[in-house]
Amino acid sequence: MVTLGRGVTADIEEQISSLGSNMFIVFPVQGDRDQLRPFDERDVEAVREQVAGVNFVAGQVESQVTAIHNGQNWRSKVEGVNNEFFDARGIKLDEGRRFSEREQQSGANVCIIGPTVRDEIFLASQSPVGEHMRLNNVSCQVIGVFATRGAVGGSDDDNAIFMPLTNVQRRFTGNDDIGYMVVAYDPSYSSTAMSHALVSLLRERRVLLEGQANDFDIVDTAEINETVASTVGTMTIMVAAIAAISLVVGGVGIMNIMLVSVTERTREIGIRLAIGALAREVRMQFLTEAVVLCCFGGLVGILFGFALSLGLSSLLGVPYVFDPFINILSFAISALIGIIFGYFPARRASNLDPIEALRHE
Amino acid sequence: MTTGPIIELEKITKTFGEGTAAFQALKGVDLTIERGDFVAVMGPSGSGKSTTMNILGCLDVPTSGVFRFLGTEVQSLTRDQRSLLRRKYLGFVFQGFNLLARTTAVENVELPLVYRGEGKAARREAALKALDRVGLVPWAEHTPAELSGGQQQRVAIARALVTDPEVLLADEPTGNLDSERSVEIMEFLAELNATGITILMVTHEPEMAAFAKTVVHFKDGLVERIERDHHQREPVGAARCSARPCSSPSVRSGGTSCAAF
Repeated sequence: MVTLGRGVTADIEEQISSLGSNMFIVFPVQGDRDQLRPFDERDVEAVREQVAGVNFVAGQVESQVTAIHNGQNWRSKVEGVNNEFFDARGIKLDEGRRFSEREQQSGANVCIIGPTVRDEIFLASQSPVGEHMRLNNVSCQVIGVFATRGAVGGSDDDNAIFMPLTNVQRRFTGNDDIGYMVVAYDPSYSSTAMSHALVSLLRERRVLLEGQANDFDIVDTAEINETVASTVGTMTIMVAAIAAISLVVGGVGIMNIMLVSVTERTREIGIRLAIGALAREVRMQFLTEAVVLCCFGGLVGILFGFALSLGLSSLLGVPYVFDPFINILSFAISALIGIIFGYFPARRASNLDPIEALRHE
Repeated sequence: MTTGPIIELEKITKTFGEGTAAFQALKGVDLTIERGDFVAVMGPSGSGKSTTMNILGCLDVPTSGVFRFLGTEVQSLTRDQRSLLRRKYLGFVFQGFNLLARTTAVENVELPLVYRGEGKAARREAALKALDRVGLVPWAEHTPAELSGGQQQRVAIARALVTDPEVLLADEPTGNLDSERSVEIMEFLAELNATGITILMVTHEPEMAAFAKTVVHFKDGLVERIERDHHQREPVGAARCSARPCSSPSVRSGGTSCAAF
């Protein structure tokens, strides 16, 4: 249970961190009007110049393409971005280089491809950097490969091809629009204040009157982070509570079994006492039995949990995170349960009167 | 170890319950048992013989009076100290055999040695030796359920003997056996006694008491009379005795007293 929970947590954390933290994603939505009003480069410039605390701001526009190399076709998407986008989203390069200033301005036919694209249409034996490929009918030269970003919510972020923004606007989308803006801000600024500043600037630029709804949306990754963290926290507490209840139930079960065992074996205890066993030795015997029973149960439980979480994590598509600590902990807790719930029956056994115990049928 | 009597009881009383429900099982028992004696304790039910045996076995303590075992005053010892006395000096044989059901004969015999902290190999060796004395080595790996009553009682005797006790306490050892097995067991006890072990035995049957040297009769919580130099019965398998430093069968035959023993 805990292993699975950790798997989910690790998965979510990875997804969140791949989004980047202290970052807003700003995109147009349908407000009171029917039409979607996209942003353009001027909005990006305005945010850069007029909002305090902004580290990076970058626009992005994307289009579905078929990437062709060496006779291989692959469905992917081309994303028009500037170098600042890589900083804002925290995208690193595995090999090659970013766009040069000139390439960005002139909109050169150069591209930085994702690992998925590389794996699908380029040979594994040689670097794709310097190779030429075709996106629909546009030829471009590969100048870099970015490091894996993982999959967020089912879509593969590694299946992407970055080209300079102006080039994508000119050759693929045919207008000056950008799909969304990424705003990365200084972590010392509060996300609420940043968000307010952004909203008021954009409302002003889009001439929204008081009372009119925002025709854009701001997604705050810090907020997502918090929400997820609290959800996962609640989940962990729930899991822990269930585990605690099952431990108590199991412990009471052990205690009952041991009490029954003590009653059933009253005669044996009498024999042992008559032969000269000390109360302490009888107590140890029953305590040891309880602990061994619990440890055995704990071992079986760990093996069962191991198999179950392995099966479930592959079923749910969650990475399997093996945590030796949690396994050792659960084993130790089983032993502890044995000691705690075995003590009472053991004490009862050791306090038996040998004469009475021998007479017991 | 002292050279005096192995067991001395002085004005032992034992009261069960309290207030109006109190029942005085022993009303001042005086009894001295010498080393090497074979004592049969007889008496009707409720006469106090079992209570006396429990006290002698250090399983119970008297309400008042002095119980000296090998010179130690047992009545003032703690539970655990009495356990240690039992472990060192006493062996028990019960009417119901009281073997551990799920363990083999040899493991049953090993049990007292476990509490003495002996090593595994030493335990096994001593247990097999004790089983040899009762002639049950071939049955060493059998569980009690696979043994006859007589065999079970012999395993129980082996268990009592494995620690070389000073005193063997037998509580109606033949109570659950037919007369033939009973005689067998009694003969074996008599042989054991001949090797120097003091034996205290509770019995209802005069035929079994006939094997003892001393018979103590209880009545109403008191010792009614003691027959010393008891008319000891000739063991049937007397030849077995000849190899041991005991009186020759001829001395005891024909009702000759064994007092010289």
